[in-house]
Amino acid sequence: MPQVDFLADLDHALALALPGFERVDIITRLSGGASQETWSFDALINGRREPLILRRSPGGGARVTEGSASIPLETEAVVIEAARVTGVAAPRVRYVLKEEDKVGHGYVMDRLAGETIARKILRDTEFDAVRPRLAYQCGAILAKIHQVDTAVLSKVLPFIDGPAQLRRYRDLYDSYDYPHPVFEFAFKWLEPRMARAKRQTLVHGDFRHGNLLISPNGVEAALDWELTHIGDPLEDIGWICTNSWRFGVADKVVGGFGDLRDLLAGYEEAGGGKIDIDEARTWIVYGSLKWGVMCMSMYQGFRNDGSVERAAIGRRSSETEIDLVNLIIHGRM
Amino acid sequence: MMDQPSMLELVKAVQSFIETKAMPELKGHTAFHARVAANALGIVARELELGPKTANTEEARLATLLGREGSLEDLNRDLCQRIRESRIDIQSEALRRHLELTTLDKVSIDQPTYSGLKIAKSR
Repeated sequence: MPQVDFLADLDHALALALPGFERVDIITRLSGGASQETWSFDALINGRREPLILRRSPGGGARVTEGSASIPLETEAVVIEAARVTGVAAPRVRYVLKEEDKVGHGYVMDRLAGETIARKILRDTEFDAVRPRLAYQCGAILAKIHQVDTAVLSKVLPFIDGPAQLRRYRDLYDSYDYPHPVFEFAFKWLEPRMARAKRQTLVHGDFRHGNLLISPNGVEAALDWELTHIGDPLEDIGWICTNSWRFGVADKVVGGFGDLRDLLAGYEEAGGGKIDIDEARTWIVYGSLKWGVMCMSMYQGFRNDGSVERAAIGRRSSETEIDLVNLIIHGRM
Repeated sequence: MMDQPSMLELVKAVQSFIETKAMPELKGHTAFHARVAANALGIVARELELGPKTANTEEARLATLLGREGSLEDLNRDLCQRIRESRIDIQSEALRRHLELTTLDKVSIDQPTYSGLKIAKSR
Protein backbone atom coordinates (compact mmCIF):
# COMPACT_ATOMS: atom_id res chain seq x y z
CA MET A 1 0.00 0.00 0.00
CA PRO A 2 1.33 3.51 -0.77
CA GLN A 3 2.21 5.92 2.04
CA VAL A 4 -1.02 7.69 2.91
CA ASP A 5 -0.44 10.26 5.61
CA PHE A 6 -4.03 10.24 6.92
CA LEU A 7 -4.44 6.44 7.00
CA ALA A 8 -4.13 5.94 10.77
CA ASP A 9 -6.59 8.78 11.38
CA LEU A 10 -9.05 7.34 8.85
CA ASP A 11 -8.78 3.91 10.53
CA HIS A 12 -9.48 5.52 13.88
CA ALA A 13 -12.47 7.52 12.60
CA LEU A 14 -14.11 4.58 10.83
CA ALA A 15 -13.55 2.29 13.85
CA LEU A 16 -15.78 4.63 15.86
CA ALA A 17 -18.30 5.10 13.05
CA LEU A 18 -18.83 1.67 11.48
CA PRO A 19 -19.73 -1.30 13.75
CA GLY A 20 -17.38 -4.27 13.21
CA PHE A 21 -14.84 -2.16 11.31
CA GLU A 22 -11.35 -3.68 11.38
CA ARG A 23 -9.17 -1.64 9.04
CA VAL A 24 -8.75 0.15 5.73
CA ASP A 25 -7.17 -1.97 2.99
CA ILE A 26 -5.92 -1.30 -0.55
CA ILE A 27 -6.32 2.46 -0.76
CA THR A 28 -5.55 4.23 -4.06
CA ARG A 29 -5.96 7.79 -5.24
CA LEU A 30 -8.41 8.06 -8.14
CA SER A 31 -8.27 11.72 -9.01
CA GLY A 32 -8.15 15.18 -7.68
CA GLY A 33 -6.48 18.52 -7.74
CA ALA A 34 -5.10 20.71 -5.02
CA SER A 35 -8.45 21.39 -3.38
CA GLN A 36 -10.13 17.97 -3.59
CA GLU A 37 -9.17 14.28 -3.67
CA THR A 38 -11.06 11.09 -4.41
CA TRP A 39 -9.73 7.84 -2.92
CA SER A 40 -10.87 4.28 -3.54
CA PHE A 41 -10.41 1.77 -0.73
CA ASP A 42 -11.69 -1.44 0.80
CA ALA A 43 -12.80 -1.60 4.42
CA LEU A 44 -12.59 -4.88 6.30
CA ILE A 45 -15.83 -5.04 8.30
CA ASN A 46 -16.77 -8.16 10.29
CA GLY A 47 -14.34 -10.14 8.16
CA ARG A 48 -15.94 -8.95 4.91
CA ARG A 49 -14.47 -6.62 2.33
CA GLU A 50 -16.58 -3.55 1.54
CA PRO A 51 -15.74 -1.31 -1.44
CA LEU A 52 -15.80 2.36 -0.45
CA ILE A 53 -14.90 5.81 -1.73
CA LEU A 54 -13.45 8.72 0.25
CA ARG A 55 -14.01 12.24 -1.05
CA ARG A 56 -11.98 14.73 0.92
CA SER A 57 -10.52 18.17 0.88
CA PRO A 58 -7.33 18.07 2.97
CA GLY A 59 -7.30 21.68 4.11
CA GLY A 60 -11.03 22.16 3.99
CA GLY A 61 -10.63 25.10 1.64
CA ALA A 62 -13.15 26.02 -1.04
CA ARG A 63 -13.20 23.76 -4.07
CA VAL A 64 -12.82 25.36 -7.46
CA THR A 65 -14.38 23.98 -10.65
CA GLU A 66 -13.99 25.86 -13.94
CA GLY A 67 -16.04 28.99 -13.45
CA SER A 68 -18.39 27.41 -10.93
CA ALA A 69 -18.72 27.59 -7.19
CA SER A 70 -18.80 24.19 -5.51
CA ILE A 71 -20.70 23.48 -2.32
CA PRO A 72 -18.83 22.18 0.77
CA LEU A 73 -18.32 18.41 0.89
CA GLU A 74 -20.45 18.11 4.06
CA THR A 75 -23.37 19.69 2.19
CA GLU A 76 -22.75 17.41 -0.80
CA ALA A 77 -23.10 14.41 1.55
CA VAL A 78 -26.39 15.75 2.95
CA VAL A 79 -27.83 16.23 -0.56
CA ILE A 80 -26.75 12.78 -1.78
CA GLU A 81 -28.42 11.15 1.21
CA ALA A 82 -31.58 13.24 0.81
CA ALA A 83 -31.72 12.24 -2.86
CA ARG A 84 -30.96 8.56 -2.22
CA VAL A 85 -33.66 8.12 0.43
CA THR A 86 -36.14 9.71 -2.00
CA GLY A 87 -35.33 6.96 -4.51
CA VAL A 88 -32.63 8.59 -6.63
CA ALA A 89 -29.93 6.18 -7.82
CA ALA A 90 -26.97 7.49 -5.80
CA PRO A 91 -24.29 5.94 -3.59
CA ARG A 92 -25.06 5.51 0.11
CA VAL A 93 -23.10 7.91 2.30
CA ARG A 94 -21.52 5.87 5.11
CA TYR A 95 -19.77 8.54 7.15
CA VAL A 96 -19.19 12.29 7.15
CA LEU A 97 -15.77 13.30 8.48
CA LYS A 98 -15.63 15.34 11.67
CA GLU A 99 -13.09 17.98 12.62
CA GLU A 100 -11.58 15.76 15.34
CA ASP A 101 -10.94 12.94 12.81
CA LYS A 102 -8.04 14.99 11.41
CA VAL A 103 -8.63 13.59 7.91
CA GLY A 104 -9.86 16.89 6.50
CA HIS A 105 -13.34 17.70 5.26
CA GLY A 106 -15.23 15.07 3.33
CA TYR A 107 -17.20 11.85 3.51
CA VAL A 108 -17.10 8.11 2.86
CA MET A 109 -19.62 6.44 0.54
CA ASP A 110 -20.25 3.09 -1.11
CA ARG A 111 -18.20 2.31 -4.20
CA LEU A 112 -20.62 0.99 -6.81
CA ALA A 113 -19.68 -1.04 -9.88
CA GLY A 114 -19.98 0.53 -13.31
CA GLU A 115 -18.35 2.64 -15.99
CA THR A 116 -18.19 6.44 -16.30
CA ILE A 117 -16.04 6.81 -19.43
CA ALA A 118 -18.24 7.97 -22.32
CA ARG A 119 -16.14 6.38 -25.05
CA LYS A 120 -16.65 2.92 -23.49
CA ILE A 121 -20.34 3.38 -22.74
CA LEU A 122 -21.03 4.58 -26.30
CA ARG A 123 -18.79 2.10 -28.17
CA ASP A 124 -18.14 -1.11 -26.16
CA THR A 125 -20.31 -4.09 -27.10
CA GLU A 126 -21.12 -4.96 -23.49
CA PHE A 127 -23.29 -1.81 -23.38
CA ASP A 128 -25.05 -2.48 -26.72
CA ALA A 129 -28.14 -4.01 -25.12
CA VAL A 130 -28.63 -1.39 -22.40
CA ARG A 131 -27.77 1.71 -24.48
CA PRO A 132 -31.28 2.21 -25.94
CA ARG A 133 -32.76 2.20 -22.40
CA LEU A 134 -30.38 4.76 -20.87
CA ALA A 135 -32.23 7.92 -21.98
CA TYR A 136 -35.49 6.73 -20.39
CA GLN A 137 -33.62 5.83 -17.19
CA CYS A 138 -31.89 9.22 -17.10
CA GLY A 139 -35.32 10.84 -17.43
CA ALA A 140 -36.65 8.83 -14.49
CA ILE A 141 -33.62 9.63 -12.31
CA LEU A 142 -33.88 13.33 -13.11
CA ALA A 143 -37.60 13.34 -12.32
CA LYS A 144 -36.81 11.88 -8.88
CA ILE A 145 -33.98 14.35 -8.27
CA HIS A 146 -36.34 17.19 -9.12
CA GLN A 147 -38.95 15.87 -6.67
CA VAL A 148 -36.61 15.75 -3.65
CA ASP A 149 -38.06 17.83 -0.81
CA THR A 150 -36.18 21.13 -0.77
CA ALA A 151 -37.57 22.50 2.51
CA VAL A 152 -34.39 21.60 4.41
CA LEU A 153 -31.95 21.64 1.47
CA SER A 154 -32.86 25.17 0.45
CA LYS A 155 -31.28 26.36 3.73
CA VAL A 156 -27.86 24.99 2.76
CA LEU A 157 -27.83 25.16 -1.05
CA PRO A 158 -27.28 28.15 -3.33
CA PHE A 159 -30.29 29.36 -5.29
CA ILE A 160 -29.46 29.72 -8.99
CA ASP A 161 -32.42 29.83 -11.39
CA GLY A 162 -32.35 30.45 -15.14
CA PRO A 163 -31.84 34.22 -15.08
CA ALA A 164 -29.17 33.83 -12.37
CA GLN A 165 -27.37 31.15 -14.41
CA LEU A 166 -27.30 33.41 -17.43
CA ARG A 167 -26.05 36.36 -15.39
CA ARG A 168 -23.34 34.24 -13.80
CA TYR A 169 -21.94 33.08 -17.15
CA ARG A 170 -22.38 36.52 -18.71
CA ASP A 171 -20.26 37.97 -15.88
CA LEU A 172 -17.65 35.26 -16.33
CA TYR A 173 -17.56 35.81 -20.10
CA ASP A 174 -17.29 39.57 -19.61
CA SER A 175 -14.41 39.13 -17.15
CA TYR A 176 -12.31 37.40 -19.85
CA ASP A 177 -12.64 40.45 -22.13
CA TYR A 178 -12.23 38.53 -25.40
CA PRO A 179 -14.82 38.99 -28.16
CA HIS A 180 -17.05 36.06 -29.14
CA PRO A 181 -19.87 37.45 -31.31
CA VAL A 182 -21.64 34.06 -31.32
CA PHE A 183 -21.75 34.06 -27.52
CA GLU A 184 -23.13 37.62 -27.51
CA PHE A 185 -25.75 36.46 -30.02
CA ALA A 186 -26.64 33.46 -27.82
CA PHE A 187 -26.86 35.56 -24.64
CA LYS A 188 -29.20 37.94 -26.46
CA TRP A 189 -31.32 35.04 -27.76
CA LEU A 190 -31.49 33.40 -24.33
CA GLU A 191 -32.27 36.44 -22.17
CA PRO A 192 -36.02 36.68 -22.92
CA ARG A 193 -36.41 32.90 -23.01
CA MET A 194 -34.67 32.40 -19.66
CA ALA A 195 -36.67 35.14 -17.95
CA ARG A 196 -39.42 32.66 -17.07
CA ALA A 197 -37.10 29.79 -16.04
CA LYS A 198 -37.70 30.31 -12.36
CA ARG A 199 -38.96 26.98 -11.05
CA GLN A 200 -37.32 25.91 -7.82
CA THR A 201 -36.32 22.28 -7.44
CA LEU A 202 -33.22 20.40 -6.49
CA VAL A 203 -30.89 20.42 -9.52
CA HIS A 204 -27.95 18.01 -9.85
CA GLY A 205 -25.97 20.64 -11.73
CA ASP A 206 -23.55 18.39 -13.63
CA PHE A 207 -25.66 15.51 -14.97
CA ARG A 208 -23.57 14.20 -17.90
CA HIS A 209 -21.05 11.54 -18.96
CA GLY A 210 -18.28 11.24 -16.43
CA ASN A 211 -20.73 11.68 -13.57
CA LEU A 212 -23.12 8.89 -14.55
CA LEU A 213 -22.17 5.42 -13.37
CA ILE A 214 -23.45 2.99 -15.99
CA SER A 215 -23.28 -0.81 -16.05
CA PRO A 216 -24.65 -3.33 -18.59
CA ASN A 217 -27.77 -3.30 -16.36
CA GLY A 218 -28.39 0.44 -16.68
CA VAL A 219 -27.67 3.69 -14.88
CA GLU A 220 -26.43 2.68 -11.44
CA ALA A 221 -25.94 6.11 -9.89
CA ALA A 222 -25.59 9.84 -10.37
CA LEU A 223 -22.19 10.87 -8.98
CA ASP A 224 -20.32 14.14 -8.34
CA TRP A 225 -22.92 16.33 -6.75
CA GLU A 226 -20.58 19.22 -6.04
CA LEU A 227 -22.45 21.68 -8.28
CA THR A 228 -25.91 20.82 -6.94
CA HIS A 229 -28.20 23.76 -6.18
CA ILE A 230 -31.79 24.91 -6.12
CA GLY A 231 -32.85 26.06 -9.55
CA ASP A 232 -34.82 25.33 -12.70
CA PRO A 233 -35.05 21.56 -13.36
CA LEU A 234 -34.71 22.01 -17.12
CA GLU A 235 -31.06 22.85 -16.52
CA ASP A 236 -30.24 19.17 -15.92
CA ILE A 237 -32.15 18.07 -19.02
CA GLY A 238 -30.43 20.64 -21.24
CA TRP A 239 -26.96 19.73 -19.93
CA ILE A 240 -27.16 15.97 -20.67
CA CYS A 241 -28.42 16.91 -24.17
CA THR A 242 -25.61 19.39 -24.92
CA ASN A 243 -23.77 18.25 -28.05
CA SER A 244 -20.36 18.40 -26.38
CA TRP A 245 -21.56 15.55 -24.10
CA ARG A 246 -22.70 13.36 -27.03
CA PHE A 247 -19.09 12.48 -27.80
CA GLY A 248 -19.48 12.41 -31.57
CA VAL A 249 -22.87 10.64 -31.70
CA ALA A 250 -24.77 13.84 -32.47
CA ASP A 251 -28.00 12.21 -33.67
CA LYS A 252 -28.50 10.65 -30.23
CA VAL A 253 -29.39 13.87 -28.45
CA VAL A 254 -29.23 12.46 -24.92
CA GLY A 255 -25.58 11.82 -24.07
CA GLY A 256 -24.90 10.22 -27.46
CA PHE A 257 -26.99 7.19 -26.44
CA GLY A 258 -30.65 8.15 -26.68
CA ASP A 259 -33.51 10.27 -27.94
CA LEU A 260 -34.98 13.25 -26.14
CA ARG A 261 -38.51 11.82 -26.38
CA ASP A 262 -37.36 8.72 -24.43
CA LEU A 263 -35.83 10.90 -21.72
CA LEU A 264 -39.01 12.98 -21.51
CA ALA A 265 -41.15 9.81 -21.37
CA GLY A 266 -39.09 8.49 -18.46
CA TYR A 267 -39.30 11.89 -16.82
CA GLU A 268 -43.07 12.08 -17.11
CA GLU A 269 -43.69 8.51 -15.98
CA ALA A 270 -41.56 9.03 -12.88
CA GLY A 271 -43.76 11.96 -11.89
CA GLY A 272 -41.65 14.81 -13.22
CA GLY A 273 -44.43 16.24 -15.33
CA LYS A 274 -44.61 17.12 -19.01
CA ILE A 275 -41.68 19.04 -20.47
CA ASP A 276 -42.12 21.41 -23.38
CA ILE A 277 -39.64 20.66 -26.21
CA ASP A 278 -38.98 24.34 -26.89
CA GLU A 279 -38.12 24.89 -23.24
CA ALA A 280 -35.77 21.92 -23.37
CA ARG A 281 -34.17 23.42 -26.47
CA THR A 282 -33.63 26.72 -24.67
CA TRP A 283 -31.67 24.86 -22.00
CA ILE A 284 -29.67 22.91 -24.60
CA VAL A 285 -28.66 26.27 -26.06
CA TYR A 286 -27.71 27.37 -22.56
CA GLY A 287 -25.67 24.15 -22.13
CA SER A 288 -23.61 24.88 -25.23
CA LEU A 289 -23.10 28.50 -24.21
CA LYS A 290 -22.09 27.48 -20.70
CA TRP A 291 -19.57 24.91 -21.97
CA GLY A 292 -18.25 27.53 -24.40
CA VAL A 293 -17.59 29.97 -21.55
CA MET A 294 -16.09 27.12 -19.50
CA CYS A 295 -13.66 26.51 -22.37
CA MET A 296 -12.65 30.17 -22.04
CA SER A 297 -12.08 29.49 -18.32
CA MET A 298 -9.80 26.61 -19.27
CA TYR A 299 -7.62 29.07 -21.16
CA GLN A 300 -7.38 31.20 -18.00
CA GLY A 301 -6.34 28.05 -16.11
CA PHE A 302 -3.73 27.34 -18.78
CA ARG A 303 -2.25 30.80 -18.28
CA ASN A 304 -1.69 29.86 -14.64
CA ASP A 305 -0.41 26.29 -14.96
CA GLY A 306 0.74 25.90 -18.59
CA SER A 307 -1.20 22.62 -19.00
CA VAL A 308 -1.36 21.48 -22.63
CA GLU A 309 -4.74 19.85 -21.90
CA ARG A 310 -6.28 23.13 -20.70
CA ALA A 311 -4.74 24.96 -23.65
CA ALA A 312 -6.34 22.52 -26.07
CA ILE A 313 -9.75 22.79 -24.35
CA GLY A 314 -9.50 26.57 -24.77
CA ARG A 315 -9.75 25.97 -28.51
CA ARG A 316 -12.95 23.97 -28.00
CA SER A 317 -14.94 27.20 -27.60
CA SER A 318 -15.57 27.12 -31.34
CA GLU A 319 -17.28 23.70 -31.17
CA THR A 320 -19.94 25.26 -28.96
CA GLU A 321 -20.24 28.15 -31.40
CA ILE A 322 -21.11 25.84 -34.29
CA ASP A 323 -23.59 24.04 -32.00
CA LEU A 324 -25.15 27.42 -31.15
CA VAL A 325 -25.38 28.25 -34.87
CA ASN A 326 -27.05 24.89 -35.56
CA LEU A 327 -29.46 25.30 -32.63
CA ILE A 328 -30.45 28.95 -32.86
CA ILE A 329 -30.14 29.75 -36.57
CA HIS A 330 -31.16 26.40 -38.02
CA GLY A 331 -33.28 24.95 -35.22
CA ARG A 332 -31.29 21.72 -35.21
CA MET A 333 -30.72 19.91 -31.94
CA MET B 1 13.77 35.12 -45.86
CA MET B 2 13.90 32.07 -43.65
CA ASP B 3 15.37 28.82 -44.91
CA GLN B 4 13.62 25.56 -45.56
CA PRO B 5 11.78 23.72 -43.99
CA SER B 6 8.79 26.03 -43.68
CA MET B 7 6.96 26.57 -40.39
CA LEU B 8 4.21 24.29 -41.61
CA GLU B 9 6.65 21.51 -42.49
CA LEU B 10 8.34 21.81 -39.09
CA VAL B 11 5.07 21.65 -37.18
CA LYS B 12 3.86 18.68 -39.17
CA ALA B 13 7.18 16.88 -38.64
CA VAL B 14 6.94 17.35 -34.85
CA GLN B 15 3.30 16.26 -34.85
CA SER B 16 4.17 13.12 -36.80
CA PHE B 17 7.12 12.39 -34.48
CA ILE B 18 4.84 12.57 -31.40
CA GLU B 19 2.17 10.38 -32.98
CA THR B 20 4.29 7.68 -34.58
CA LYS B 21 7.47 7.56 -32.47
CA ALA B 22 6.90 9.05 -29.02
CA MET B 23 3.35 7.95 -28.20
CA PRO B 24 3.95 4.18 -28.53
CA GLU B 25 6.67 4.54 -25.85
CA LEU B 26 4.40 6.36 -23.39
CA LYS B 27 1.81 5.15 -20.90
CA GLY B 28 -1.19 6.45 -18.98
CA HIS B 29 -1.59 10.18 -18.47
CA THR B 30 1.61 11.05 -20.32
CA ALA B 31 0.42 9.15 -23.41
CA PHE B 32 -2.92 10.97 -23.21
CA HIS B 33 -1.20 14.35 -22.93
CA ALA B 34 1.06 13.48 -25.87
CA ARG B 35 -2.07 12.89 -27.96
CA VAL B 36 -3.46 16.24 -26.80
CA ALA B 37 -0.14 17.89 -27.69
CA ALA B 38 -0.15 16.32 -31.18
CA ASN B 39 -3.74 17.49 -31.70
CA ALA B 40 -2.72 21.01 -30.64
CA LEU B 41 0.00 20.97 -33.30
CA GLY B 42 -2.69 19.91 -35.77
CA ILE B 43 -4.53 23.14 -34.92
CA VAL B 44 -1.33 25.12 -35.52
CA ALA B 45 -0.77 23.43 -38.89
CA ARG B 46 -4.32 24.10 -40.07
CA GLU B 47 -4.20 27.70 -38.85
CA LEU B 48 -0.91 28.24 -40.73
CA GLU B 49 -2.56 26.94 -43.88
CA LEU B 50 -6.08 28.35 -43.61
CA GLY B 51 -5.80 31.18 -41.05
CA PRO B 52 -4.68 34.07 -43.31
CA LYS B 53 -7.46 33.47 -45.85
CA THR B 54 -10.22 33.02 -43.26
CA ALA B 55 -9.06 36.13 -41.39
CA ASN B 56 -9.25 38.15 -44.62
CA THR B 57 -12.75 37.01 -45.54
CA GLU B 58 -13.94 37.50 -41.94
CA GLU B 59 -12.55 41.04 -41.90
CA ALA B 60 -14.17 41.87 -45.26
CA ARG B 61 -17.56 40.57 -44.08
CA LEU B 62 -17.28 42.51 -40.80
CA ALA B 63 -16.39 45.71 -42.66
CA THR B 64 -19.51 45.35 -44.81
CA LEU B 65 -21.73 44.38 -41.86
CA LEU B 66 -20.54 47.23 -39.65
CA GLY B 67 -19.95 49.82 -42.39
CA ARG B 68 -16.43 50.69 -41.22
CA GLU B 69 -12.80 49.57 -41.41
CA GLY B 70 -10.59 48.34 -38.59
CA SER B 71 -8.44 45.51 -37.29
CA LEU B 72 -10.05 42.08 -36.96
CA GLU B 73 -10.14 42.30 -33.18
CA ASP B 74 -11.41 45.86 -33.23
CA LEU B 75 -14.26 44.91 -35.60
CA ASN B 76 -15.16 41.84 -33.54
CA ARG B 77 -15.30 43.93 -30.37
CA ASP B 78 -17.52 46.43 -32.17
CA LEU B 79 -19.86 43.67 -33.36
CA CYS B 80 -20.08 42.26 -29.81
CA GLN B 81 -20.94 45.70 -28.46
CA ARG B 82 -23.64 46.27 -31.08
CA ILE B 83 -25.27 42.89 -30.41
CA ARG B 84 -25.19 43.53 -26.68
CA GLU B 85 -26.71 46.99 -27.02
CA SER B 86 -29.32 45.75 -29.52
CA ARG B 87 -27.91 48.10 -32.16
CA ILE B 88 -27.90 45.12 -34.48
CA ASP B 89 -30.93 42.83 -34.57
CA ILE B 90 -30.19 39.17 -33.80
CA GLN B 91 -32.84 38.29 -36.40
CA SER B 92 -30.75 40.01 -39.11
CA GLU B 93 -29.98 37.62 -41.97
CA ALA B 94 -26.67 39.36 -42.70
CA LEU B 95 -25.56 38.94 -39.07
CA ARG B 96 -26.61 35.30 -38.96
CA ARG B 97 -24.86 34.55 -42.25
CA HIS B 98 -21.66 36.18 -40.97
CA LEU B 99 -21.74 34.26 -37.68
CA GLU B 100 -22.31 30.98 -39.50
CA LEU B 101 -19.52 31.46 -42.07
CA THR B 102 -17.05 32.67 -39.46
CA THR B 103 -17.80 29.77 -37.14
CA LEU B 104 -17.50 27.21 -39.96
CA ASP B 105 -13.97 28.53 -40.64
CA LYS B 106 -13.02 28.54 -36.95
CA VAL B 107 -14.13 24.96 -36.32
CA SER B 108 -12.48 23.79 -39.55
CA ILE B 109 -9.20 24.94 -37.99
CA ASP B 110 -9.83 23.95 -34.38
CA GLN B 111 -11.64 20.64 -34.80
CA PRO B 112 -12.37 19.56 -38.39
CA THR B 113 -13.90 16.24 -37.30
CA TYR B 114 -16.39 17.75 -34.82
CA SER B 115 -19.91 16.34 -35.17
CA GLY B 116 -21.53 19.80 -35.11
CA LEU B 117 -19.39 20.86 -38.07
CA LYS B 118 -20.64 17.91 -40.12
CA ILE B 119 -24.22 18.86 -39.27
CA ALA B 120 -23.62 22.48 -40.28
CA LYS B 121 -21.98 21.46 -43.56
CA SER B 122 -24.70 18.92 -44.40
CA ARG B 123 -27.19 21.71 -44.88
